[in-house]
Amino acid sequence: MANQRILIVEDSPTMRQLLVFALKRMKNIDIVEAQDGMDGLRKVTSDDFDLALIDINMPVMDGLKLISLIRGDKNLEQMPICVITTEGASEDRERAMGLGADEYLTKPIQANKVLAVAKSLLKKENG
Amino acid sequence: MTHEEEDEHARDEQRCEAVLSIFKRGAEFTKQLLAENESLRKELREVHDRQNEAFQCPDRWEQLRQELKSRISTLEEENQRFREQLDDVERENHHFAERYLAIEEENNNLANLYVASYQLHSTLDAGEVLKVILEIVINLVGAETFAVYVYDDTANTLQPVASEGRLLEAFPTVPKGDGFVGESIERGEVMTREIASSDGETPVVCIPLQVEERPVGAIVIYSLLQQKPGFTPLDHELFTLLAGHAATAVFASQLHSQSKRRLTTIQGFIDLLTK
Repeated sequence: MANQRILIVEDSPTMRQLLVFALKRMKNIDIVEAQDGMDGLRKVTSDDFDLALIDINMPVMDGLKLISLIRGDKNLEQMPICVITTEGASEDRERAMGLGADEYLTKPIQANKVLAVAKSLLKKENG
Repeated sequence: MTHEEEDEHARDEQRCEAVLSIFKRGAEFTKQLLAENESLRKELREVHDRQNEAFQCPDRWEQLRQELKSRISTLEEENQRFREQLDDVERENHHFAERYLAIEEENNNLANLYVASYQLHSTLDAGEVLKVILEIVINLVGAETFAVYVYDDTANTLQPVASEGRLLEAFPTVPKGDGFVGESIERGEVMTREIASSDGETPVVCIPLQVEERPVGAIVIYSLLQQKPGFTPLDHELFTLLAGHAATAVFASQLHSQSKRRLTTIQGFIDLLTK
């Protein structure tokens, strides 16, 4: 069985490293990192992914713009998306869910929650 | 006989053989069943005979009764032993499940601490170090309003150099030994207050940054994100880690920028002399 691929789009190296640490505990997973929305868009359109974790507040292109571009693309509209937000930014979170995100994680991030959400979205993607 | 008729004949023969083989298997099966039936009948007869014999002879009956009672008692003991073993296994399972959860939590905590310390020492640039500290306090601790202070040893004060949640100007300069923050620096100890009593204006945590008991700065948290009701044991470990590692990271970055400045000055001086 081919490995499942996860894209992490997050400008903070600390958060990226933490997310990679959490997700690496799943078997048969390949993780690709992008440091902003534009980098994420480049990677998501040039390769196949089973799941994308996208931060909302990012330089160059923010997470909301990236989600709307992904959902507007026929090849990517089915890809599960999980957004990462801060609790205070409920408006951003609602907008992200309205644009087509499937799940959200709030900061401070906990590894077990990241794993649970990723597993459930990857299961949906396979089911 | 034509070719087609020969083929038809061969097929008929095959069918006959198949039917015969089914009948043979049926016959064998019937034989086995009859033999089994006979053996069971024999066993039943024996049991009846034993029972009749026992009925006729009271001693034999009593012996049979005792045998059965002893067998029941052995089985009951065995049953009890199995139940106890099952309870032990269940208790052990429960204990393992608890241990698994604790290890899982510890694993997550260690990952957070590793990431924090790795990121703090990943750069020598002062601005980058401050950025990493901000990221750790937002993403790992879950603070909403806080400031990073650097200690000015000429004025004996703490100057805010980076902040989140409010503009940098909103955070006051703190003299060493003055108030909650100053006291924490003077004592070199992480100090915390009840979060419930916080109004967002008064600090709830002060993490003094020290290198070999020499104050380098402080991280002062005023409020936490809504979803964070209080501090966890991991937060306290992060405070300890920040107190040591953020201090050395800030100190190393200060030394690095000083040496870079001096190098530029010396290089300028050498250039002036050699021109």
